[in-house]
Amino acid sequence: MDKLNSSRGSAAVPALLAVFLVLFVGVTLYYFVMQVYWYPPPINEFGREVDTQFARTFIITGIVFVLSQLGLAWVVFRYRDRGGKATFSHGNNSMEIFWTAAAFVLFVGLGLAGQKSWAQLHFADAPPGSLLIEVTGKQFNWFFRYPGADGTFGKSGAQFVSEANPVGLDDKDPAGKDDVVTATLGVPLGRSVKLVLRSYDVTHGFYVRELRLKQDALPGLQIPIHFQADVPGDYEIVCTQLCGSNHHRMRAVLKVMPPPEFDKWLANEKASE
Amino acid sequence: MSTHAVGATHHAPPEGFIWKYIFSKDHKVIGIQYLLLALFSVFVGMGLSVYMRIHLAWPGMKVPLFGGDFTPEKYLMLMTMHGTIMVFMVLTTAPQAGFGNYFLPIQIGAADMAFPTLNMLSFWTTFLSLMVLLAAFFVEGGAPISGWTAYSPLSALGSITGPGQGLGQTLWIFSIAIFSAASLMGAINFITTTIDLRARGLTMMRLPLTVWAWFVTAILSLLAFGVLLAAGILLLLDRVAGTSFFIPGGLIVSGVLQTKHTGGSPLLWQHLFWFFGHPEVYIAILPGMGVASHVLATFSRKPVFGYRAMVYAICGIGFLGFMVWGHHMFLSGMSPYTGFAFSMMTMAIGVPSAIKTFNWLGTLWGGQIRFTCAMLFAIGFVSLFVSGGLSGLFLAQPAVDLQLHNTYFVVAHFHLIMGVAAIFGMFTGTYYWFSKMFGRSMNETLGKWHFWITFPGVYFIFMPMHFLGLVGDPRRYADMTAVEFLKPLQPVHNFITYAVFVTVAGQLIFLFNFIWSLRAGKKVTDMNPWRATTLEWTIPSPPPFDNFAGHEPVVYRGPYEYSVPGHTEDFVPQHLDPAQVGKI
Amino acid sequence: MPGATLTDELDVLHSGGTGGGTPGSAGGGGNAGGRRPSPRGAASRIYYTGISLALAAIVMFFMALVSAYIVRKGQGGDWRPINLPQIVWINTLVLVASSITLEASRRAYDRDDATSFRLLWGATTVLGLAFLAGQYIAWRQLAAAGVYIASNPSSSFFYLLTAAHAAHLVGGLAALLYVLTRGWAYLRRSSGIAASVTGVYWHFMDGLWVFLLLVLQMGR
Repeated sequence: MDKLNSSRGSAAVPALLAVFLVLFVGVTLYYFVMQVYWYPPPINEFGREVDTQFARTFIITGIVFVLSQLGLAWVVFRYRDRGGKATFSHGNNSMEIFWTAAAFVLFVGLGLAGQKSWAQLHFADAPPGSLLIEVTGKQFNWFFRYPGADGTFGKSGAQFVSEANPVGLDDKDPAGKDDVVTATLGVPLGRSVKLVLRSYDVTHGFYVRELRLKQDALPGLQIPIHFQADVPGDYEIVCTQLCGSNHHRMRAVLKVMPPPEFDKWLANEKASE
Repeated sequence: MSTHAVGATHHAPPEGFIWKYIFSKDHKVIGIQYLLLALFSVFVGMGLSVYMRIHLAWPGMKVPLFGGDFTPEKYLMLMTMHGTIMVFMVLTTAPQAGFGNYFLPIQIGAADMAFPTLNMLSFWTTFLSLMVLLAAFFVEGGAPISGWTAYSPLSALGSITGPGQGLGQTLWIFSIAIFSAASLMGAINFITTTIDLRARGLTMMRLPLTVWAWFVTAILSLLAFGVLLAAGILLLLDRVAGTSFFIPGGLIVSGVLQTKHTGGSPLLWQHLFWFFGHPEVYIAILPGMGVASHVLATFSRKPVFGYRAMVYAICGIGFLGFMVWGHHMFLSGMSPYTGFAFSMMTMAIGVPSAIKTFNWLGTLWGGQIRFTCAMLFAIGFVSLFVSGGLSGLFLAQPAVDLQLHNTYFVVAHFHLIMGVAAIFGMFTGTYYWFSKMFGRSMNETLGKWHFWITFPGVYFIFMPMHFLGLVGDPRRYADMTAVEFLKPLQPVHNFITYAVFVTVAGQLIFLFNFIWSLRAGKKVTDMNPWRATTLEWTIPSPPPFDNFAGHEPVVYRGPYEYSVPGHTEDFVPQHLDPAQVGKI
Repeated sequence: MPGATLTDELDVLHSGGTGGGTPGSAGGGGNAGGRRPSPRGAASRIYYTGISLALAAIVMFFMALVSAYIVRKGQGGDWRPINLPQIVWINTLVLVASSITLEASRRAYDRDDATSFRLLWGATTVLGLAFLAGQYIAWRQLAAAGVYIASNPSSSFFYLLTAAHAAHLVGGLAALLYVLTRGWAYLRRSSGIAASVTGVYWHFMDGLWVFLLLVLQMGR
């Protein structure tokens, strides 16, 4: 019994616990609200929608977080053992029903609110007139293929892959003659771009922070996604699906350029092949 | 019933060291064996993470490892083995097979598990699985690098995809398959015991919440591990028999054209794996919820608030747990409609989790809280469960997950909720039951030091990871030097590594306390030092071979009758005859 | 676990709508105590519970394989149907026959007819062995026709599903042999639990085989 008694009466432990929880909530909130470490600003409308949904989620979870942690801090301090008798209660059905319903409405409602932006990216096809680019992940590089003037990709396959031909173009196919393969993803400003993701070896993950765009590239599948970039500049592309020893070095650059500059860039890339 | 009415209650105490302590069929010895296995594994797993953190903080530093420099693939080996050891050998064994084995039969008034021999077999199979897993470190090429999720084709094509993907990965698959078999045996035992061997009067709605948690966890294991076993066999066949379940055609790896395979589906592996993998998360955390509820009631001297709601929440989490596996795969190329369904299911699983949280607060509310070490860790569990659970609401939505998937935000989320919270559940159980198991109590002062280092420590480690994730730092990166936007994050990684050092030091205090208390802890004379109500506190510490010494306990009431008005004592044990209650 | 009993108990205990029983409701304990058989009386029941759970786990295992089969078949155009060796149909008849002899054997047990029991149980064991031998012949025939496990996803699944089933059947055979080698007195003493549980498992393996065969035949 001595053990129980020794922890009785002293307010130091509950006070310390409460103070820690309050500080913890304070510091966490500070970092989130002041956005000390934060994602970069989005470069398109889709990114802004994702951010809006993030903000909604943050507000709701933030309120629950603060109330729960501070509630915990309060009860451990307020109801520390002071030698009295605890309240005898097996619970309260109305309260159970209330917070079950509240949690359900809040969480499921939040989920529904976020479906629109998801649907936009995945349910809808890329708008007509989108620039088509094929993205190939390969241990440990990204390659990008433009269909050229004819708008069609030439045939390709693993059997044609070599150092000089990283995406495995079949040089017998005339449609492939004007294909351009680059190590940088150049896109024109303000035009919709349709990417087709694929891989010749293992699973890779295509991720551009500023586009709020992430999608795995799986061998054996061709996965389409689309986006539009509205701010010119260079943005990093990284791999987000473990692909082997140099996973952390699998990096490329997304270059968003005004259309005339883009055309010039693409012509240069073609010429240097 | 005849003399050979076998099983459960009729085996005689064994003779000799080997049968008493090694190949024992006594659930208490097996429980301790599991706990020791987990204790060993958790320190191995933690050691690996320390190595990883050192490399992440100082990528250029020459840290010797396996006779050579620290290369990126060594980082991935450590990461894979850290994850596998922690998830399987620690989070699945200790809370369920360890504490569950020891206390489930006692809390339901049984003399042993339903199938003691199966129980022994289950432990030794688990042990074999651990040995096979650790052997992967010592084979050519070393341990696998494909992570604990072993996504195909990285895991399926052999050493051509990277070092460790040869024999190391094969051993990994064997280990997981063996582990699945062991877990299935354990699950059958737990469920049968709970259903058939409860004491008289112990109805399902009078079970301690610990028992409910172990029971539902066992059901999850029973339904999930068979699927993992099947997936493991398919993957193994792809590797050794040249089949193409998970390997598509037309691959070229390290310049070598793959001609053996056609048409397999990497997504199929992901579906099978996560069908197991998500319930596995609940297998890890549910027992912690049970122990936390149990201890919160004991030390706030109050009945659990909303006992029935707690039971339904456990069942609800278990049930929904089987319908949300797809949320790990939003960005894997699955149909967006499926993604939508998985997302809504996942948001819905937040509801029973919220019920549990509010009921824990309700239990504390109006109590007379006694801050023992067990109680501190139980309170810490609630805090961690909230912190780790809420970030799940971000990841459950495909649109938000776009940004956060496979970043450190996910690492923070699952470490808090299924790693650290579950381990806090284990610490709670250890401080609470140590004296019952070993007849000596742990040192409470050292225990408080342990708590005050660990609780802030884990938050210092894992909260900053949310921010790394927000910036976009991908997980499973051996270092952050190759990507421009990751370079400014280096100080955060260094901070985390320092926090790891301090927290690990705290765990050494625990280890010391544990070992020291085994030999020199204060002997307990009182069967019921916490003034608790459930059956384990009605028998000596440590309990005799058949727990109740031939006596069959009878249960008269629910498990958490604390501070009942009109009684001098502030607790009314489950077994106390109603005729005697008034006389206290 | 008789669900009805459970619900009754709940109603008695929770008429107040709050968790836990109250100590005042002393009757709750007394009445539940009267209903629930003593744990020691549960000694035979645990085997039926245990085998049901084991079968549930086995179902999950095979469902995982069968769903992989369905997904894989719908995937890509590399699926080449294989012709199941004719002998699998004979094997099926053998296995179904073994279930019939097993059931007859259990009736003999109930009649306390030791000789018939042994004879029929022995016949079941022999039929089980014959089934396994037949499956082995089926594999040899396929291999002779140049169809191996890696030849095609369709053949991969044939070998895999039949082998997985055979492995489970070997366990059943071990149980059959165990019962066969026990003395009659032992079986009577243990109220035939071993025979009964083995029977449940064996019938299940029989049904599982028919299911798998239908999957393999229709899905080819």
